[in-house]
Amino acid sequence: MADIQQHEHDVIVVGAGGAGLRAAIEARAQGARVGLICKSLLGKAHTVMAEGGAAAALGTVFSEDNWRVHFRDTMRGGKMHNNWRMAQIHAQESPDRVRELEAWGALFDRTPDGRINQRPFGGHTYSRLAHVGDRTGLEMIRVLQDKAVHSGVDVFMECTVVRLPVVDGRAAGALAYWKDSGRFVLFNAGAVVLATGGIGKGWQITSNSWEYTGDGHALACDAGADLIDMEFVQFHPTGMVWPPSVNGILVTEGVRGEGGILTNSTGRRFMFDYVPDMFKGDFADTEKEAQAWVTGDRKKNRRPPELLTRDVVARAITREVKEGRGSPHGGVFLDIATKRDAEYIKKKLPSMYHQFKELAGVDITREPMEVGPTTHYAMGGVKVDAETQEATVPGLYAAGEVAGGMHGANRLGGNSLSDLLVFGRRAGAAAATAARNRKPAPVSDAWVQQVVNEALAPFSRPNGENPYQVQADLQKAMQADAGIVRDKAGLEAALAAVEKLKRRAAGVGVIGSREYNPGWSTALDLRSLLTVSEAVTRAALARTESRGGHTRIDRPDSDPAQERVQYVVHKDGDRLAVRAERQPDLPADLAKLIKDGA
Amino acid sequence: MVTTVSPRDLEERALGATVRRDSWWAAPAAVGAGLTAFGIYSFWAAWVNQNYEWGPYLSPFYSPLFKPSWWPLSPAFLILGAPLGFRGTCYYYRKAYYRAFFLDPVACGVGEIPHNYQGERQLFLFQNLHRFFMYLAVIFIGILGWDAILSFIWPVNGVLPGGEMAPGPREFGVGVGSLVLTVNVVLLAGFTFGCHALRHAVGGNLDCVSCARFGRQRYALWRGVTRLNERHMFWAWISLFWVGFADLYVRLVAAGIITDIRIL
Amino acid sequence: MTARMFQVYRGTRQQGALQEFRVECDEGMVVLDAVHRIQAQQAPDLACRWNCKAGKCGSCSAEINGRPRLMCMTRLSDYPDDRPVTITPMRAFPVIKDLVTDVSWNYEVNRRIPAFQPRKPDFPDGTWRMYQHEVERPQEFRKCIECFLCQDVCHVLRTHHKHAEFMGPAFLTRAAVYETHPLDTADRSQHLKDEGGIGYCNITKCCTEVCPEGIRITDNAIIPLKERVVDRFYDPLRGLLRLIFGKSR
Repeated sequence: MADIQQHEHDVIVVGAGGAGLRAAIEARAQGARVGLICKSLLGKAHTVMAEGGAAAALGTVFSEDNWRVHFRDTMRGGKMHNNWRMAQIHAQESPDRVRELEAWGALFDRTPDGRINQRPFGGHTYSRLAHVGDRTGLEMIRVLQDKAVHSGVDVFMECTVVRLPVVDGRAAGALAYWKDSGRFVLFNAGAVVLATGGIGKGWQITSNSWEYTGDGHALACDAGADLIDMEFVQFHPTGMVWPPSVNGILVTEGVRGEGGILTNSTGRRFMFDYVPDMFKGDFADTEKEAQAWVTGDRKKNRRPPELLTRDVVARAITREVKEGRGSPHGGVFLDIATKRDAEYIKKKLPSMYHQFKELAGVDITREPMEVGPTTHYAMGGVKVDAETQEATVPGLYAAGEVAGGMHGANRLGGNSLSDLLVFGRRAGAAAATAARNRKPAPVSDAWVQQVVNEALAPFSRPNGENPYQVQADLQKAMQADAGIVRDKAGLEAALAAVEKLKRRAAGVGVIGSREYNPGWSTALDLRSLLTVSEAVTRAALARTESRGGHTRIDRPDSDPAQERVQYVVHKDGDRLAVRAERQPDLPADLAKLIKDGA
Repeated sequence: MVTTVSPRDLEERALGATVRRDSWWAAPAAVGAGLTAFGIYSFWAAWVNQNYEWGPYLSPFYSPLFKPSWWPLSPAFLILGAPLGFRGTCYYYRKAYYRAFFLDPVACGVGEIPHNYQGERQLFLFQNLHRFFMYLAVIFIGILGWDAILSFIWPVNGVLPGGEMAPGPREFGVGVGSLVLTVNVVLLAGFTFGCHALRHAVGGNLDCVSCARFGRQRYALWRGVTRLNERHMFWAWISLFWVGFADLYVRLVAAGIITDIRIL
Repeated sequence: MTARMFQVYRGTRQQGALQEFRVECDEGMVVLDAVHRIQAQQAPDLACRWNCKAGKCGSCSAEINGRPRLMCMTRLSDYPDDRPVTITPMRAFPVIKDLVTDVSWNYEVNRRIPAFQPRKPDFPDGTWRMYQHEVERPQEFRKCIECFLCQDVCHVLRTHHKHAEFMGPAFLTRAAVYETHPLDTADRSQHLKDEGGIGYCNITKCCTEVCPEGIRITDNAIIPLKERVVDRFYDPLRGLLRLIFGKSR
């Protein structure tokens, strides 16, 4: 290729959030030449928005805590659908990964005896989240960012990957375009790590930014890799609902962790009515007991039901609203003002205070917030090997939200930040090993030319449809029919809508130049969004039960036969196809651990 | 409608050039007026070399009072260098006069007179002497505090018409001027003990509180200074106003224009 | 719904124009919502950076009526609806297109700051003890979201273009994270004085005024660093003590 810029690295990492940075640092530490590509500026990735904390059984607040309890919580929270080996590795390694951040300069909040403080969170038996107020993700990304740039990782900012070349069955790099110039660039590499995050932009109400278009899922799928668990999308129970322009912005679970309660329009604390059988006995029965737990007596009292897992709370809120007990703007009330004094709230939840004050004119130290579910996290993703994070395509790795399996049917709050660190590191190490002594395979000019032509096609249709309109219609369809509650008819309608939108997407046009053209970016991102939307819908149709983040009102119960069944989405010619696979069963000792308690 | 501009046009390349629509000039104008007024008054008050003492009161502009025979000018000029230097190198006043007098910048996002900017390098390196003026200022708080105490010690036989204290025994007493001088030293202390250089010296230079000797105590001091420091601008202005007022009060009493009221 | 007028800078490094747009606005909208509406309905190629839309990532920095602000945290209701709202790119950095500027210089500056260097672990398991009151000071600086609004408003960069000599308030704040970090052992005063050009700062506090995170940049980060530089380079008394007693910290 004469006119295309080329770079060569041993390992190329796509995505510079927590997982991508951690992978890059590790690969670099192993001596690999590492390139890190990010769609935005460095340090703006979604990780900065993570508020609550990183779950790790450090045992600094409860010495009873250990990896076994964490593993059990994760599996139960994931409705026993998780890749057990990933859940085990995660629980075992996360304490070291968190402590390592401290050695790199992280400043977590402290216990009185000078160790890392841990806060309680939904689904975790013990206080387990290492945190920094309510801006833990920001702290993590800065620490990792500084560590990465100081260890000599090459960073390519505002660079969007459009396709992964596969040469002789191996991932061989990434073809991308620079946002500022609109020119294409080919990264040749011996191994590729995907760390692109999630897919939330496929829905109307989401806590995710424009970047979250499922690029990594689509890139992997295009390259021939399998996707698993795509039907499991987490709807975070508490997003802002008013004013309309902030609909979906996240309200951290930390509010409930610090004692916040959920009430409906009749003033009832409704979560007491929604404790599932699996967790009966683990949660407080009375407001009195819940309050005693909040005010500090955590050994004698049980947790408030607001700290049930996210899928349970989100469903409860949806039901309250549907049955007419919602707040004026279609949510429920989240109240911390009556539970904590103003100083405490401002100290522990400063950005929540700020966010509501600035954007909604609500003072959370005096009045309740209005909240409702918002699309938050994709449990599903690229199918990977638990030890190495390698996808089903050799040389391709995935870590963080883009990888599937770790969280099963529902992710526990706080498990994402530790997931990024644990599996980011493993992916980086494995990729560096794989790329060692491997000269990047040459990518054919014809392939590059074909991808470039496809990507530039919208410019040849200046009168084509507005890509923003197609994106908005897709979001509407997914929100309506593949949202928090689903049924067969709706999912079929969503699938039909996606098929129609695919045709419309093929006809979108953009105006203006290639330089920093958001219309063009939106048009290119449609490809990923449509791929993941189709994958989610097809997998959701295949799973004829309700489990975790996947709620089918026509199949309201969990089906034990599908507990360990995974629906694998893969490319079959030009279409996506689904096949069912059975996950290996848990080893006896771990199964016993879950049954009998840790 | 389209207004053609280039990014260069958006730059503020002359004094006052800006897209801002608020009254950005109001704050620097007020600061400039306030500092000028105080400067003129205090120079005059120091220059006149009279009416600075009455009974147990001594104007803060003349304290400590040295009157060496070799010094031709007002004794105020012998000592005013210390407070002037302290305020002149103060981190708050630097902001105030760089903006109001040097117009560098006059306000945020507003153009300046084009010049070769060197900041606090070269010519302005002397600003780094702030901590030495701070040491003097702390001593001055002691001196002015002593003056305030003396203002409560009155001659039993009253104050003579010329303002001198009548000979004879002394007693405790309170005049309006005693309160003026007491408030004066309190406000000056609020300013001095909120100084950035002091904040650094008492504990700001310490990172690991738990590993340092007297770490707890130094941290507590740092917290205290920090609390005052957060409102350093407030203390700077209120103490500036009051020290001028205290001089004026003593001056008017000494000149016989007003009469000091004895409360106790 | 009310219609509002917006004047948005459109153009490149060389030339551009303030283009007017009429946008239907709802209750509670922020400036970034209006820009999104313009993109979706009138000018799909209008360039603007944004990510989180919740004041946490610091991407959507611009100047609104001449004041550096995050577009996502600026409510339209703060402006009179009968006058156009002017949105221009940051001035301290070269324009790439429309509201997007080339901020890569900032990343270069950050890379040159001497890295964090912890003391030896306090315990054999590789951990340290730090206390809440010690970490609170650097934690304030860690609130920085790298929006670069302080860099934009700082006249040393904005007006006097000292990018080559001065690191700017954002990275003085970054240096302050590590300088005041209880575990850090590196001394950055030489870097701050020479390469960082801390002497260029004349503490006029515009950075503090615009910080969307409310970090007291000047009082809590820059001035303490200036004092550390004085300790090392401009304090004759300390110099004398050092000479007599040797290096001490």
